[in-house]
Amino acid sequence: MIGGVTGLPDQIVEDVFLFIAAVSVSILVLITFLMIFFTIRYRRKRNPKPEDIRGNLWLEILWTVIPTLLVLSMFYYGWTGFRTFKKVPEGAFTVKVMARQWSWLFEYENGVKTDELIVPVGRPIHLLLTSQDVIHGFYIPAFRVKQDAVPGMVNPLWFQAKDVGAFDVLCAEYCGQQHAYMLTRLKVYPEEEFNRWYEEKGKQFEQEKGLPRGSRLLQEKGCLVCHSLDGTPRIGPTLKGLFGKTVPVITGDRERNVLADEAYLKRSLLEPNTDIVKDFPPIMPSQKGLLTGEEIDELVRYMKEL
Amino acid sequence: MSSFYEDEGRFRGILGWIFSTDHKRIGLLYLLAIFAFSAVGVLLGFLMRLELMAPGPTIMRPQTYNAIFTLHGVIMIFLFVIPGIPAIFGNFFLPIQVGARDVAFPRINLLSWWIYMAGAGLAVLSLFTGGGPVDTGWTFYVPYSLRTPVNVPLAVFAVFILGFSSILTGINFVTTTHQLRAPGMTWFRLPLFVWAIYATAWVQILATPVVGITLLLTLMERLAGVGIFDPLKGGDPILYQHLFWIYSHPAVYIMILPAMGIISEIIPVFAQRTIFGYKAIAFSSLAIAVVGSFVWGHHMFVSGQSDLASIIFSLLTFLVAVPSGVKVFNWVSTLYKGSIEVSPPLLFALTFIFLFSIGGLTGLFQGALATNVHLHDTYWVVGHFHYVIFGGTGFAIFGALHYWFPKMFGRRVGKKIPYLAWALLFVGFNTLYFPMLILGWEGMPRRYYDYLPQFHSLHLVSTVGSWILIAGLILMFGHLIYSLFRGEKERLENPWGGATLEWQIPSPPPRENFAEIPRVERGPYEFR
Ligand code: HEM
Ligand SMILES: [Cu+2]
Ligand SMILES: [Cu+2]
Repeated sequence: MIGGVTGLPDQIVEDVFLFIAAVSVSILVLITFLMIFFTIRYRRKRNPKPEDIRGNLWLEILWTVIPTLLVLSMFYYGWTGFRTFKKVPEGAFTVKVMARQWSWLFEYENGVKTDELIVPVGRPIHLLLTSQDVIHGFYIPAFRVKQDAVPGMVNPLWFQAKDVGAFDVLCAEYCGQQHAYMLTRLKVYPEEEFNRWYEEKGKQFEQEKGLPRGSRLLQEKGCLVCHSLDGTPRIGPTLKGLFGKTVPVITGDRERNVLADEAYLKRSLLEPNTDIVKDFPPIMPSQKGLLTGEEIDELVRYMKEL
Repeated sequence: MSSFYEDEGRFRGILGWIFSTDHKRIGLLYLLAIFAFSAVGVLLGFLMRLELMAPGPTIMRPQTYNAIFTLHGVIMIFLFVIPGIPAIFGNFFLPIQVGARDVAFPRINLLSWWIYMAGAGLAVLSLFTGGGPVDTGWTFYVPYSLRTPVNVPLAVFAVFILGFSSILTGINFVTTTHQLRAPGMTWFRLPLFVWAIYATAWVQILATPVVGITLLLTLMERLAGVGIFDPLKGGDPILYQHLFWIYSHPAVYIMILPAMGIISEIIPVFAQRTIFGYKAIAFSSLAIAVVGSFVWGHHMFVSGQSDLASIIFSLLTFLVAVPSGVKVFNWVSTLYKGSIEVSPPLLFALTFIFLFSIGGLTGLFQGALATNVHLHDTYWVVGHFHYVIFGGTGFAIFGALHYWFPKMFGRRVGKKIPYLAWALLFVGFNTLYFPMLILGWEGMPRRYYDYLPQFHSLHLVSTVGSWILIAGLILMFGHLIYSLFRGEKERLENPWGGATLEWQIPSPPPRENFAEIPRVERGPYEFR
């Protein structure tokens, strides 16, 4: 234990937790026992004459020094564990993570993008986290790792799965209305299966490169978190049959009806808060800078068909 | 001699209260306002627990939940526990305990109550104007608070205003302690409650301006787009977190130090022996206030702040745990060879020690870097801080209410009902909050309107706990209010056999406390 704690992040967290728990529970039991014991032993009926004891230097020193040593050891284990968290092993498999209200987007080195995190078993996974809007917290409880995704910053995190399986990924930093629903899955595949999946996706990606596909864009850009394609209103209005409809909106303080033409669709992407569709909250993030001109054209074209 | 209730001063009726500069009347004004707000806070907590009773939507929509946890946090922090003990009991008892007729600046004292009410009024107004109730959490983290369409500016401004009330109260207490001590009241004859309020007052004076500036910058950013915190404009959201916690971590000591002061008063009186380690307790208050000002970064271990910063903040965080531990050991030792009577105030004080210890010890897990990564922003933290501020400060306030009730109101509180209420509170509290610690360890994030099915059973237990706890609160406060009007008149100056100065004057005290300023010849816990 002198060298500090070692192992994979999840093991480290559990070891440090157990160490602190053992010390804390002992202290709590000791304090509570003495408190109750003194209260009963020296109750007024039994001990009508109290005795004034003003203090005891040795005791004071003892109960300052021993706790100091204990907490320093907790600090030390916490720190040595943390060092492991911060040192990404060589040969790690890197995935970029983009957080946004309210979904996760994973981008692999071969360009493939997914909304679930798919990784091979037994290999360190190195995530590079950032956010497109507000602060989010990337959290995999099963692996005891967490790191904020902050706009304008790239924060690293790594973990390693010992077994195949599927695990919850949650958002831990409050990020607005749908914070509790900003969930996805981590899927750990066996090495071979992963490689097959990775290559296949890579090929598919190469083929589709250059042709922006509206349906894929809606998925990748996180639009479908709030907008449905089947007519049901969600956090935002549905996109089905939107083009050509007359939409009641609030502009400034005024209510008016506008025709959903191309200009309206573009404006809704780039300046979503100029016209707010009636009965919906003004929370859509502007896509300015997040979409290329081509992508906008493709989205507008695609939305016309819906 | 007539009491301060009869001696109205310049105005009559209600004006005689809201324009009174008497520290006791001001203390009671705060008491009324603060408990009214905290009742609303409890109601909001109750609603959140109902929502979380089962997965999926239960009684409200996500946006409502987000507004409710924000409002709950803002009320509990800025309107209840930060002003709390200093404003109520500090105002009422600090001048008496040092042997003064009032605080050093009575009119500023009244002003600070008015500022408090103005800030609270603005906070209420912010709910019904602009984009409606704030949904950012009480921390107002950027960039979310810059983007959400709700009424952030007014809410932030309200908290800014509340800060002045806190600063002015702090200045008053520091000056009073330095200048208005009675002859013979040396620093080491000061009751430990005064030491605690004094240390707290320095934190109020030094730390509050930082949050004031932070909030002003947030306002400028939100209204004029200045670009200090918004990364799109070259700002830095991590800077906001530093500035916010430079105040808000010390603020947790504003919440807990005065509570520790109360415990240091109650235990010796009901053990009828002098306190163990007077100086250790007094100096540990100062140590907590000083070292506690340099640990703010422990709220940011996963934010992306530098590793070196995290390591230093973790180390300092562990060091500040030691003086709190020292206090607990001294309190327990004060029971040794005492002659103990477990009256309601002592029962609450002992419960404080137990619950606060759990709160403090769970904090160690958060202070250690490795475990923090997993526990940060989960229900573990929600459990931890409720153990500290509710189990700690809340139970200390319950103890103080029962302890000082006869002095403040001149009436006795019956004994049976407080024991029953205590049992409900104790069982309810642990049923409500202990499951939260387990939920956090299992990975349930905080500020969640909904949750995955595996968390259901513990959430259900927790909600049942909230009902028991609230039943206890209603019983206890109902009984206190009953005692206020119907309780037996307290004719004794000193029903508990206390040795501090407030027990040497009539109950309730006369307008200027002392007919003649006393000469102090012994320490605060010399019972013989
Ligand atoms: C019956 C009493 C109470 C109940 C049922 C209760 C319940 C809760 C619940 C369910 C949460 C929200 C957790 C989440 O969504 O993450 C919460 C948050 C909070 N509570 Fe309480 N609570 C009570 C009393 C108190 C008291 C007495 C205080 C302090 C004096 C307090 C301070 C807070 C704070 C600061 C938050 C955090 C708000 C935020 O995350 O922005 N609570 N409480
Ligand atoms: Cu979130
Ligand atoms: Cu802190």
